[in-house]
Amino acid sequence: MPTSSPPGRRARVLSPGTSRPSSEAREELRRRLLELIEGNRVMIFSKSYCPHSARVKELFSSLGVDYNILELDQVDDGANVQEMLSEITNQKTVPNIFVNKVHMGGCDRTFQAHQSGLLQKILQEESAYEYDLIVIGGGSGGLSCAKEAAILGRKVMVLDFVVPSPRGTSWGLGGTCVNVGCIPKKLMHQAALLGQALRDSRKFGWEYSQQVKHNWETMTEAIQNHIGSLNWGYRLSLRERGVTYVNSYGEFVEHHTVKATNRKGQETYYTSANFVIATGERPRYLGIPGDKEFCITSDDLFSLPYCPGKTLVVGASYVALECAGFLAGLGLDVTVMVRSILLRGFDQEVAEKVGSYMQQHGVKFLRKFVPVMVQQLEKGSPGKLKVTAKSTEGPETIEGVYNTVLLAIGRDSCTRNIGLEKIGVRINEKNGKIPVNDVEQTNVPYVYAVGDVLEGKPELTPVAIQAGKLLARRLHGASSEKCDYFSIPTTVFTPLEYGCCGLSEEKATELYMKENLEVYHTLFWPLEWTVAGRDNNTCYAKIICNKLDQDRVIGFHVLGPNAGEITQGFAAAMKCGLTKQLLDETIGIHPTCGEPCLRAGPQPSPPRDGLEGPQEASSAKQVQDQGPGEICQKLSI
Amino acid sequence: MSVLQAMALPAMPQRQPQPTKEFLNTPEKQGTPRAPWMAVRAPPPPAGTRWGLGGTCVNVGCIPKKLMHQAALLGGAIRDAGRYGWEVAQPARHDWSKMAEAIQNHVRSLNWGHRVQLQERKVKYLNVKARFIDKHTVLGVSKDKKETLLSADHIVIATGGRPRYPTLIQGASEYGITSDDIFWLKESPGKTLVVGASYVALECAGFLTGLGLDTTIMIRSIPLRGFDQQMASLVTDHMASHGTRILRGCTPSRVARLPDGRLQVTWEDRTCGKEDSGVFNTVLWAIGRVPETRGLNLEGAGVETNPESQKILVDARDTTSVPHIYAIGDVAEGRPELTPTAIMAGKLLAQRLFGGSSDLMDYSNVPTTVFTPLEYGCVGLSEEEAVARHGQEQIEVYHAYYKPLEFTVAEQDASQCYIKMVCLRQPPQPVLGLHFLGPNAGEVTQGFALGIKCGASYEQVIRTVGIHPTCAEEMVKLRISKRSGLDPTVTGC
Repeated sequence: MPTSSPPGRRARVLSPGTSRPSSEAREELRRRLLELIEGNRVMIFSKSYCPHSARVKELFSSLGVDYNILELDQVDDGANVQEMLSEITNQKTVPNIFVNKVHMGGCDRTFQAHQSGLLQKILQEESAYEYDLIVIGGGSGGLSCAKEAAILGRKVMVLDFVVPSPRGTSWGLGGTCVNVGCIPKKLMHQAALLGQALRDSRKFGWEYSQQVKHNWETMTEAIQNHIGSLNWGYRLSLRERGVTYVNSYGEFVEHHTVKATNRKGQETYYTSANFVIATGERPRYLGIPGDKEFCITSDDLFSLPYCPGKTLVVGASYVALECAGFLAGLGLDVTVMVRSILLRGFDQEVAEKVGSYMQQHGVKFLRKFVPVMVQQLEKGSPGKLKVTAKSTEGPETIEGVYNTVLLAIGRDSCTRNIGLEKIGVRINEKNGKIPVNDVEQTNVPYVYAVGDVLEGKPELTPVAIQAGKLLARRLHGASSEKCDYFSIPTTVFTPLEYGCCGLSEEKATELYMKENLEVYHTLFWPLEWTVAGRDNNTCYAKIICNKLDQDRVIGFHVLGPNAGEITQGFAAAMKCGLTKQLLDETIGIHPTCGEPCLRAGPQPSPPRDGLEGPQEASSAKQVQDQGPGEICQKLSI
Repeated sequence: MSVLQAMALPAMPQRQPQPTKEFLNTPEKQGTPRAPWMAVRAPPPPAGTRWGLGGTCVNVGCIPKKLMHQAALLGGAIRDAGRYGWEVAQPARHDWSKMAEAIQNHVRSLNWGHRVQLQERKVKYLNVKARFIDKHTVLGVSKDKKETLLSADHIVIATGGRPRYPTLIQGASEYGITSDDIFWLKESPGKTLVVGASYVALECAGFLTGLGLDTTIMIRSIPLRGFDQQMASLVTDHMASHGTRILRGCTPSRVARLPDGRLQVTWEDRTCGKEDSGVFNTVLWAIGRVPETRGLNLEGAGVETNPESQKILVDARDTTSVPHIYAIGDVAEGRPELTPTAIMAGKLLAQRLFGGSSDLMDYSNVPTTVFTPLEYGCVGLSEEEAVARHGQEQIEVYHAYYKPLEFTVAEQDASQCYIKMVCLRQPPQPVLGLHFLGPNAGEVTQGFALGIKCGASYEQVIRTVGIHPTCAEEMVKLRISKRSGLDPTVTGC
């Protein structure tokens, strides 16, 4: 080991014993050298006997500047280090000097820089900041950005603080997806699907007790336990990567500075070169009497300690329909109050099918009504609430009594109380969203944003993860790849799942005009549903092609079981330039629900022999040819 | 006009020439050699099981096996339901007869659907057993021995295959059954020995175990020959850990019926050379399939077969050695034995014959899924095949062990949930093969098969944004290569 030569500290590079490194070892060496270069204000690669090196060390000592040294003649692998340095800097000799990540050169050039004042200038630059990157918000986007930046050797902090909901619900690290979004909702959806599986299973020969009840507490506890383990996993992965995690509320107070306030009200100030805003969104309230006092949102539902009972869901977003769907699937009496259309932004033909399937399976819909008042009739777990609503089309008002009222009318960005105005970061005043350029940069150059706070970008976990990761890579020179926000696939986990990628029919028509589109579609009957005696004219696939561009597939929509699993591969194919011809040439996997998606017929659908196979021959095809409803007669013996 | 096979005709677009309505099925009119349609009916297997129109897939293949697989999955769902808050008394009991009746009813409705479809398209359907008299003439014999002479300009052979019985094992055909019988059993097969390691063997053993039956599978050498062997061993590992007893390196030597009706099977354990035996209610042979070509008098028509496989030799246009006789599906040499390929081949053949098309069937990158308890979907090359074609150095394999979200709350073991993408190493790393082991593998694989058809590269696949939370998203999140030696276990989301 090298001997100490104060005031410099020693750095170690390689474990001993490696003489001719493999390509993996070389990459590792490069990474660790970059770490030294980037992690130290002054980094000197030198040899202990070299007089030029000694002069440089004296220079920095005389300036009173702390520096790090690696003596290449005193580490086991000095020759490899020197070779790698030459690769990085194009300089073969020592000393090889870096100041604030800037390659100064050798002894002479460092002294020249000192004489010209450049060295002093570089020494002052950026060194004022404690961190390279501070991420505000520990959700999917923020965490992926923080972790990637840390992997690239940066000093990173994550500020994450969950402001309790009006009902007092709060949660751990990981943001919406893990705590109050994708994860618990898919698990509750799964619980509801298992209820359907129980009913199906009798048709498949299974026998068990007649009365089957669902226990909300058992389910919620199991789901919350899983979430707890995920929260812990996130903590651990930040620690493993050396990211500083602070459980405090972050807000900007001046340029490059945030104030972090913890649960006890203690304030700490942190500075950083760059910032990423990833504070996400929280559910919106109606602004009517009784809403914050008596209603819950998706922030509260997944950890509700008691069964919600008879529930009114207000809204028609995917959150509203998903929650209504699984609550009904668990056996609860559920009503959805809808102001105008279902699933705004999604294909409206499919959206209506999603709604009508829910309606056929016991969910009640109140269309064109909005709540105006919520009153408590009885306290309890759950209590009793009276909801007064008025028609959007006339003077009519209605009243209803429910145990629980769940608001799912939209979400608001958490951007208005984080001091953005102090440093001049512009937001869209209407919706609170942050406009960014194509590299997720706000109008303040060192402040970036990812995830649901972005204006005009999809609010999806995988998008935020991808954007965060690519942002970190670009910020730290590892790549120039930008996040592609087009053709993002997604799935709505309503009782009948709806997966899509690309454009809705409305949007496609708007962009390309109807005459330039060819729309193929089919109804299909999953094989598993036949024996189970379930609806035969319900599952649906639609493919939208652009005739002006070789029948390229620009929209894919599927409504059926496992829609998410089906859609993913179709999205990959669309990424690879899927056309109708390639679709026709691809062999199906029999018998699956993905198979009929390949064989959708033209729209409007004249009888056509486009569908084949024993399965479709007797299901989807005839439905398509003859219209819904006739298939049963057709197939009954 | 034409004589076409059942699967080919429904696929013919109606704008194309219609087969004539004229047909002859009485001895008096034997002289007029024209018939639009003919169906060949196979003889019943040793156990006597018979079924209706639609072939293997509908009657004794894909359809009933996926439904029995579904029944087994629902057994798992009942167990999972408890963890998700459903208060169900465990364990639930399974009634084979009830399931079988429901499935058989569905299959019969499909048989009927096919009949109706043929009628609607004016295809004449004859329920006769056919053999060639000469190049242009076929003799059909009905159940009541009535003979019909038929003749056509074009003849398509699509007689498929039937399960093979062992020839040298005493008692094999007297006491054993095959996949031709299992789906039509009215009573539970009880404790079952499945012999074989094909996908049919593994699928049957899988759902029998899932339905709560004591099931043993006897494998002579390797499981799922032709499939990726790493995936194959994960499939059998999963089965073993879920209650299927697996006897490896064993070959049966005889089957005898005991006085109580049960079957005593004796086998040789070739790993130690010892003889062993066990008593079962049912023995199911799933050791392979033989093409149905022997009773057709192909020699009489001059149609050549591969003497070893007995399959019919065909060219890329599905033409046999006789220019107006064609063969498609499982009976044709060198074709994948899969329903969707047979369907597409039949459709393309009809379009070439009568629709002025010249499109040929592309048999590369055909996706498929094995419906074992943990489903295995794949498309493209196995890792072994990729290495054999391109060399170890030119191949990059990305892989991951993942845990389906639904498994967490259900406390299910996900040790065998695994994904592998085999690519060329040179950027942009074109994808050569995809392998997915996990729930809903068929659904996951279908779209990716499309991607491969579009010439997907690794770079394109991983730039695809995932759908959260699904199993399929793990496919676009593959980052760890085998070469890196890093741990491929996915943690968190």
